[in-house]
Formats: sequence, structure tokens, C-alpha cells
Amino acid sequence: MSLSTEEVKKISLLARLAISDEEAQQYSESLSEIFDLVAQMNAVDTSGIEPMAHPQDISQRLREDVVTASNEREKFQSIAPATEKGLYLIPQVIE
Amino acid sequence: MHNKSLSELASDLKSSAYSSVELTQYFLDRIHQHQPSLNAFITIMDEQALAMAKVADEQIATGSAGALTGIPMAHKDIFCTDGVRTSAGSKMLDNFIAPYNATVVEKLNAAGMPILGKTNMDEFAMGSSNENSFYGRVKNPWDLERVPGGSSGGSATAVAARLAPVATGTDTGGSIRQPASLTGITGIKPTYGRVSRFGMIAYASSLDQGGVFGTSATDCALVLEAMSGFDEKDSTSSEQAVGDFSATLNNSLQGLKIGLPKEYFKEGLDSGVAKVIDEAIAEYKKMGAEIIEISLPNSHLAIPAYYVIAPAECSSNLSRLDGVRYGYRCENPENLQDHYMRSRGEAFGNEVKRRIMVGTYALSAGYYDAYYLKAQKIRRLISEDFKQAFEKVDVIMGPVAPNTAFKIGEKSDDPISMYLSDIYTIAVNLAGLPGMSIPAGQADNLPVGLQLIGNYFDEAKMLNIAHQYQQVTNHHQQMPTAFESTASNKGEA
Repeated sequence: MSLSTEEVKKISLLARLAISDEEAQQYSESLSEIFDLVAQMNAVDTSGIEPMAHPQDISQRLREDVVTASNEREKFQSIAPATEKGLYLIPQVIE
Repeated sequence: MHNKSLSELASDLKSSAYSSVELTQYFLDRIHQHQPSLNAFITIMDEQALAMAKVADEQIATGSAGALTGIPMAHKDIFCTDGVRTSAGSKMLDNFIAPYNATVVEKLNAAGMPILGKTNMDEFAMGSSNENSFYGRVKNPWDLERVPGGSSGGSATAVAARLAPVATGTDTGGSIRQPASLTGITGIKPTYGRVSRFGMIAYASSLDQGGVFGTSATDCALVLEAMSGFDEKDSTSSEQAVGDFSATLNNSLQGLKIGLPKEYFKEGLDSGVAKVIDEAIAEYKKMGAEIIEISLPNSHLAIPAYYVIAPAECSSNLSRLDGVRYGYRCENPENLQDHYMRSRGEAFGNEVKRRIMVGTYALSAGYYDAYYLKAQKIRRLISEDFKQAFEKVDVIMGPVAPNTAFKIGEKSDDPISMYLSDIYTIAVNLAGLPGMSIPAGQADNLPVGLQLIGNYFDEAKMLNIAHQYQQVTNHHQQMPTAFESTASNKGEA
């Protein structure tokens, strides 16, 4: 399998990763090699096999919907890149 | 002092041969002395370690000490540590001061173990050589031109050079066992769900599992037991009771059935490594074990399936790192998309970006069935292979890695060749089984590890099997002689 630099650019946009043209070229080579490796799976007939999502096939544990954690907004926001009045700041979205 | 077992250290502390403050200072001195050559640590926690040691000394004085109270240790920098930078080896989290403790840290703090520091690692645990850290490479203490393995290379090097008596690690595809093998120490990754993942920065959630490095199975048994147990904060934590990992260490191995997977001894395995493994198996035979050849016919599919599942889960997990609530944020973003793309593009290293993109593609519209679902079906086949094997044997043994420690730079430009260094370890994570590496000798003057693979929740038995080997051999007592000395500025403690 061969991924073009355009396809890599598209993937990097989906993944929200800024990469240079030079990096896109390098990733197109290494990603193609990885998908060649992964393609070994295609040689196996897996029809009728149940996909395995959890090593012990245990389903997700549920709990009562009750408040358990205390509000630690100030502690959490003290490590944020930019906050104001208890809110996280991001670049303006709405004109 | 740095070659003493945990129980010897505990007994010395109890009899006041030295205090925890003195012991902790001794290891801090060793860390500072060897940090320039090994780079095993990202953060050295002198002040906090000594403060914790002081508290431990008070507990020892009042008789309220446990088996581990006052013995210092190190944590892989993937475990959140309240008030301390927790970087996961990434520029992305270089400024991240964890606001809470991982459950593992919480439990070992409660056991009274002062934290010497946070150890170096491959960025977000992605790597097999510790060359992918924002904080620089870690060196193998047996040969400074070689890698210590990864991703828990800092913890492995710290224990191998006796800079810490024990250290935590995590293992998603071999990241405890492979560095333990390459640095000549004991490392155990328990059954998936045995150790809480809460506060352990996620790479691939269905594979990640915490564990421990030590210089012997006895030491690992004590610390693993203290780390293990159900945690309601981890949705995949097991409710199975932990048990006493030390109680059965001395059980006889007479009649033990050891399975040797023929797929693990084929071409690709270095002949020097193969010889050491054969000798180790012979030793077990002498102890009364029965050797049975088994087959794990789908083991060649482990790496292909892993390189879909792990990147897919990592692309999802690492999407939380968006430069909004914590972590790195780029300068002057033009808009929100530019903010996301440049914050992530500038802060993630090459291998992390590569795996995020592999996972993003594998999960993108139209490809899910062909990649992720297919890989999960293969995962079932691999797991079934082990299930069948464990109907015939008690434990599976083989090499941990196909080679001894490789040279720095040897594989760093070739991702596929790097991935293949985990060929014998990855299947264990896919199945969720416990795995272990114990020192079994050397090839070309470099350590070789023997891998033990147990059935689900068989940690006590694996530790017993490892301990019995360490009773009749001394490979685990070997340390790199260049790190014997301690340049202490506080006097010999």
C-alpha cells in the first residue's frame, strides 16, 4: 500500500497535527511501510470470529450517578495556558 | 547498601542501622552522580523524597511501619504525581504539574516509600529504545553506547545501575519486559486489570498495564502486591482479590509444566540469546520441571494487529491534548484550528505523530472494519492460542527480545525494524496475560532476559517460578561495575 503526500496531509488535518511538506514526504514512506506490515492480517480468514475489545471479555462496569469528586476548578485551572474569570480561553470562534 | 534486598533494607531501618533519610539521601547522591552519564531521570525530587523519608522515620520509630516503609523508589514519569511535573517524556506536558496522584502513586505513598524522582521514558510510552524522549536518550549502564530498551528505559536503567532499589514501569507491548531484559533486571507486567490505570497517562487503554522493576523476584513481589488491587476509578480494574505474592515464593517446582512455543525459537532469534535461554530452561529441568513444546500459530500476526489497535487507541487518547486546559499551547494562533494543529504539531515528537496518524487513518470513515475490527478479530485468535496452551502447561517460557541491547541510533530511522524488537512480548498484551523478564545470563557481555508468561492472575506463581531460579543462579545479582562507587557528600550512610 502506498499513501501519497496529499493523503498524509489529509490524515494530518483529521488528526489536527501541523506537519511540513518535508515531514509529509517522510510520513508517506513510513506510513506506507506500516500499512504493508498491517496487511499481513488480510491473509487470515476471520469470518465468524468475535472481535476482542477487552482481554477478559468483561463488560463496562456501571455505577450510580452520584456526585463523587469535589470541585477543584482553581487547582485545575492553575495549570491551564490561558483562563479568565474561571473560563478556559481559546481563539475567537464567532465573529 | 545499593545491593541490598528490600527486606534487608527494611530490617536495617527497623534496627536503626541507618534512617530512611540517610538511605534516601544515599540513593539521591547516586542519582545525581550518574545522571550526567545515564540520563535516567526527568525530575529528581530531593526535597519531597527527604520529607517523605522523615515521615517514614517517624512511623518506624513509633512502630507503625509496614514492610516497605522508608525504602525509596522511583516512578516512571507517566504516573501522575500531585504537585510534581508529570511529562510522559513529551514537550506537550513539559509544563504539566499533575493536580492529583495516580492510584499507583497513592498506594506506594501509603506504603511509605519516598519518591526519589520521575524516570525518563519514550514519549507517551511509544518506543522500544528510549530514544524518543523530549528529555534526551537514556543510556544502558552495561554499555553507554547502547539503548536500555523502552519505553520504561529510565526506570530500568535506574534499577540496573542501582540508583533506586525498585521503580515502576508500564507495559503496552513490552515496555517493562524488554528494558528489563536489556538491562539485566527483573521486571513484571501483571494481568491486564491487576494494577489501576487511574492517573497513568494513557497510550493504548486496552493494552496498558502498570508493573514494577527490581533486582529480584522477591523485591518485585512485595512492591507489586502493594500496587495491585481493585480501583473504582479505573473502569477496567479487576475485582479479583490480590492475595499474598510472597507467601508461595518458596514452593517447589517439581512437576511444573513449562511450555516452549516453537514460534519463539525460529529464525530471527540471535544465537547467543538462544543459548542463554536454552541454559535457563535446562536449569528448570534440574529443578524438576517438565518441558513441553507448544505452538502459538498466530503469533506472527501480533505485530500487525498491535500496530492497528495501539495507534487507533492512541489517536483517540491523545486527542485530549489540545493546548486548551493544560499542556503546550502554540504562540499567536490565527484561529481555533490553527491553535489545535500547531500546538500538537509543535509539541509531539516524530514517533507520536506517526502513530496518531496511523490510528487516525485506521479509524477514518470507511476503514474501520478493514483495520480496527479486523485487528480485534486477530486479537481473539492470538488470545485463543494462549488459552489452548494453558490447558497443557502452567507457564510459557522463551526469549523476551530477539537480540541484546542494540546501539543508539541503530534502529531510530527505521520504525519497522524498531517495532520488530517487541516480537515476543506484544502478543502477551493483546491477550492481557501477565508477563515477566528475569536475568538469565549474558551474550557478548550484555544481559539476556528469560520471559515468563503466566495464565490470567497467576502473578504469585510466576514470581515463585522466577524466585526459584534466582535461588540457584546469580545472574540477577550482577550489576554493571562502572556504577559500583558512590560519590557521597553526606558520608557513607
